[in-house]
Amino acid sequence: MTSVTQDIIEVKNLVSHYGERQILRNVDFSVKKGEIRVIMGGSGSGKSTLLNHMLALLKPTSGSIKIDQLNILTANRKELSKLRQKMGVAFQGGALFSSMTVGENIKLPLKHHTELDDNTIDIMTRLKLELMNLAGFENLMPSELSGGMLKRAGLARAVIMDPKLLFFDEPSAGLDPVTAVELDELILKLRDAMNMTIVVVTHELESAFKIADKITVLFDGEVVMTGTVDEIKQSSDERIQNLINRRPRNDVVDAEQYIQRLTAGQN
Amino acid sequence: MSYSQTIHLHYERLVLTGEVDLHNSPQVRKQLLAILKNGCSVLVDFSELSYIDSSGIATLVEAFNVAKNNQLTLTIIAAAGAPLQVLELTNLNKVFPMVSSLDDIRE
Repeated sequence: MTSVTQDIIEVKNLVSHYGERQILRNVDFSVKKGEIRVIMGGSGSGKSTLLNHMLALLKPTSGSIKIDQLNILTANRKELSKLRQKMGVAFQGGALFSSMTVGENIKLPLKHHTELDDNTIDIMTRLKLELMNLAGFENLMPSELSGGMLKRAGLARAVIMDPKLLFFDEPSAGLDPVTAVELDELILKLRDAMNMTIVVVTHELESAFKIADKITVLFDGEVVMTGTVDEIKQSSDERIQNLINRRPRNDVVDAEQYIQRLTAGQN
Repeated sequence: MSYSQTIHLHYERLVLTGEVDLHNSPQVRKQLLAILKNGCSVLVDFSELSYIDSSGIATLVEAFNVAKNNQLTLTIIAAAGAPLQVLELTNLNKVFPMVSSLDDIRE
């Protein structure tokens, strides 16, 4: 009997390097349909690298990545392009085209990938702007928006095609507390109403605890733990407790390696 | 997605079945606009609808506005589950007339 997998993301044994430097060490990461998964970890823990691998923007050293049953490491361009239409990505800074208005940016995927009537496209764009509390900003240029508005405009564009899978890099970074909470609510609503699977990369604890079904904690390119919010909170792992309690890490100094790093290339 | 169209009292009733998405919402749009063009008010029956995406919702918004501008009505029947949540997410449940069953429609 074949078992039916519900996993929309399956990452196995992922190893990744930037040049000589190893970023990800045998990362296993799977997400079920309709789940909100938060990837947490300090700066440099490899969370953005993992995200970029799942978007097929980087090539790993080894390992496998399947998104919605498609092996993205062996898929051809056509298959990847079809997959990307089912995925939405909201990048940290919004990543809008500066030469287009906010509205033009948001409707771009619809213009490219669908043959919907212009009236339908206009209303869809305005619905998303309303949803992001950006009603009336349609005709402004991205340079006229604040950081928080850019982020919401980027999210509006990411969900314009009603993706099955949404990736969201640092949703609340740089937002005021009220806007950050609103964005968390919105993420929950998007999942419930659209049945989206959502992967959020963040280091904001409060936000992670509020929205996550499960949290994956990365540390130095390794998965320390994947668990529910309660499991993470109760973990006895020191690295997780340090992250939760905002304690600075207390790295053991390897004198030999340290001096080698400082004097690399010298006699 | 499939649809059927019947007459109920003096309304045209459009029953949507299955999923309305980017690929088939233009069909729904064509149908709705044709009904309204004929001067008929419309009942959009959601009772067999399992999913509607934003292109479907946008289509309803456009049709609702056309109806309003022509002194006609567009009423949604029996929205539940995911389609109801999408209407709530976009606050359109406060805009469209919505009734829970066909029995609530009077002459």
